[in-house]
Amino acid sequence: MDLNDTPEQARYRAQVRAWLDEHKAGAPAEQDDDDPAYIDARRAWQDRLAAAGLAGVTWPVELGGQGLGPIEHVIVGQEIARAKVPGILDVIGVGMLGPTIIAHGSEEQKSRYLGPMLHGDEVWCQLFSEPAAGSDLAAVQARAVVQDDGSWRLSGQKVWTTNAHFAAFGLLLARTDPDVPKHKGLTMFIVPMDAEGVTIRGLRQISGEAEFNEVFFDDVRLEPGAVVGGVGNGWATALTTLMFERLTIGLGSDGLGYRPERYAAAIASDEHARTDPEVRRRLGELCVELLAVKFAGYRMLSALQQGQIPGPEAGLAKVTTVRAAIAAGDLIADVLGPDALAEESEWAYMISFLPGLKSAGGTEEILRNTIGERVLGLPPEPRLDKGIPFSELRAKERAGASPR
Amino acid sequence: MNLELTDEQSFLREAAREALSRVKTVAAARDALEDPTARPDLWPVAREAGWSGLLVSEQAGGAALSAFDAMLVMIEAGRVLAGVELLGHLPASSLLDAGGDERTAAVAEGELRACFVAAAPPSDVHESWTVEPPAGSVRRPAPVLAGDGTLSGSIAWVADVPGADLFVVACTQAGDGAPAAVVVDSGEARVRSAVRYDATRALGHVTFDGAACTVVEGVAGAQLARAWYLAQALLAAESLGAVETALSMSVAYAKERFTFGRAIGSYQAVKHSLVEVLRLRENTYSLLLYAGWAYEDKPDEFALAASAARSSAGRALDYASRAMISVHGGIGATWEHDAPLFFRRAQLSRRLLGGAGDATDRVAGELLGAVRGATTTGAEEA
Repeated sequence: MDLNDTPEQARYRAQVRAWLDEHKAGAPAEQDDDDPAYIDARRAWQDRLAAAGLAGVTWPVELGGQGLGPIEHVIVGQEIARAKVPGILDVIGVGMLGPTIIAHGSEEQKSRYLGPMLHGDEVWCQLFSEPAAGSDLAAVQARAVVQDDGSWRLSGQKVWTTNAHFAAFGLLLARTDPDVPKHKGLTMFIVPMDAEGVTIRGLRQISGEAEFNEVFFDDVRLEPGAVVGGVGNGWATALTTLMFERLTIGLGSDGLGYRPERYAAAIASDEHARTDPEVRRRLGELCVELLAVKFAGYRMLSALQQGQIPGPEAGLAKVTTVRAAIAAGDLIADVLGPDALAEESEWAYMISFLPGLKSAGGTEEILRNTIGERVLGLPPEPRLDKGIPFSELRAKERAGASPR
Repeated sequence: MNLELTDEQSFLREAAREALSRVKTVAAARDALEDPTARPDLWPVAREAGWSGLLVSEQAGGAALSAFDAMLVMIEAGRVLAGVELLGHLPASSLLDAGGDERTAAVAEGELRACFVAAAPPSDVHESWTVEPPAGSVRRPAPVLAGDGTLSGSIAWVADVPGADLFVVACTQAGDGAPAAVVVDSGEARVRSAVRYDATRALGHVTFDGAACTVVEGVAGAQLARAWYLAQALLAAESLGAVETALSMSVAYAKERFTFGRAIGSYQAVKHSLVEVLRLRENTYSLLLYAGWAYEDKPDEFALAASAARSSAGRALDYASRAMISVHGGIGATWEHDAPLFFRRAQLSRRLLGGAGDATDRVAGELLGAVRGATTTGAEEA
């Protein structure tokens, strides 16, 4: 067991740190809002990081990456956090969608899209979730129909789409065959966000901010070459993205900003709260969980280095993080009083953000089902959708929902 | 970075599992509730396996393994509710070794069984070294080493104290109150066995009344605190082992027991509860890795890491043993079933060595202290 850098890793860290020390003055200051000038500054910063080899660390060299391992990826993340500069803007593209294209895309797709993605010239968004397909992602209804010339026509709606309002492309999961069971009739597409028929609308959340979008597709034309990973193979392609999503979250848990020190600092300045046994118990309990998640991240990293792919149990880290952060927000509001709930307060923002985060990437309940079944080997929930063509399933749902 | 077990660690774990499987420890845990003589003496097993010298340096006859290796053995002991007296022995052996005490070799060999009579170190809110009281929530001051070189004081609920050959006692010196470690032969102490609720654990109250003792040279507050937190981590590891068994038995039963035409493990209520056990188990194991790493490489963080592991393990075992009873339904609450034995283990373990609640408080204290330290430093720099 060894958590320390090897000499090679220490050298790599020193090299990353030296570059950041030299260039961090040119980094944009981190801010929450996303006006176009700020987004442009972040894209330019991503370009500099990419040019220095600090983006796409695990991507293959021939595709513009560094061909390094997950540990180097984490070292870069740690050093960026230490330098107090923003990381890359397009975490979703470089961390999840790019790797999906690397795994399933054609040679043309790789050479056309990956470079501009890595450098922040073209930001990407993930068009998976729909109003009626979240945790049950294979229930997507966005429909793509093939035309005589091999092109496709796409109609439907996506939701919870981060970065859609400034994205150049999206990776979209659509139904291409409704007459087979739901996991089988899906196909993955690359969609230009400026195509005719694409409408993007900000989706305001509890906090009042719009970090996500709804995206509407009205008879959007897609080229034959837009298919990623083969027609009817969309589910397998989506699973690749979801695996990289787990990795991105798991290896970046420190980066989510839910750190024990941050919460302790909020309480430490209140002399009474600092010594109050009940406050300390609550702070201690939630920090125990966050410390555990931090080391669970190292375990994942270690497993990756041994060539193991993290299983669904990695999702427990998200459950733990969100629960602990909710407890932290609650505690801090109890200590600071209503000022913690002022609209401009970082705590009000966190308190507002977390209830929704509980469902992000799949609800906690569905995640617990999945882990119970795949990791503990418990018998599955009885499923009413197995082996039934999607169109039939929808007809049943409509009949069930209509008044009798 | 590599957090996988080494081949040696896997071997150590397998060997421990094999050695402990030769005694029916779980059945003995039940029998000993009614007949204390049914508690098996596992010290010969520990000696034969070399666990008694696990943390002792090679020149003193030990195996010089790591704290995490010791935790692996404790996990295996906890898995089968084996009452091996390592919780008391291992921190004691490590202090004797650090002080170059002449009895270290005999302790490493296991010929002498040592017992650490611990005191909780000061925290950000408590200034003194304290020990468990026989009753109530007010802790007592640690025993005092008088100017004439004798030791006086009493400590309640000390794990592994009955039957130990010598005690390594955390005390404070009369006058300046500086912490020290002293060795006391069992003949100089008054020990009263006080088994409670979990009959697998040798537990007792110990009193020193002007006892002759020898000071362990070179051991000061930092080493005594380290020994306290090592005991916390070992107890956490032992609890994790019990969680493992509780989880696997509960999962097995949830697969085979049917109600309303379905295996009960297919119900979300049952499944989610078992996944909660898994979540708490994973958290605890991650924190044991943290504690093991900090013990060797990050001494400043060891108090935080070990306290976090202890807090997490206490909660995990409480939850796991309750879930074990619930999943098994009424049968899980019967005398014949194993679930109550794990429940008993959980309830007593959480109250030893300061209690899991104190560990949680120390996690908060360490973090609050570190933040204040950082703020102060920042102010000085400015």
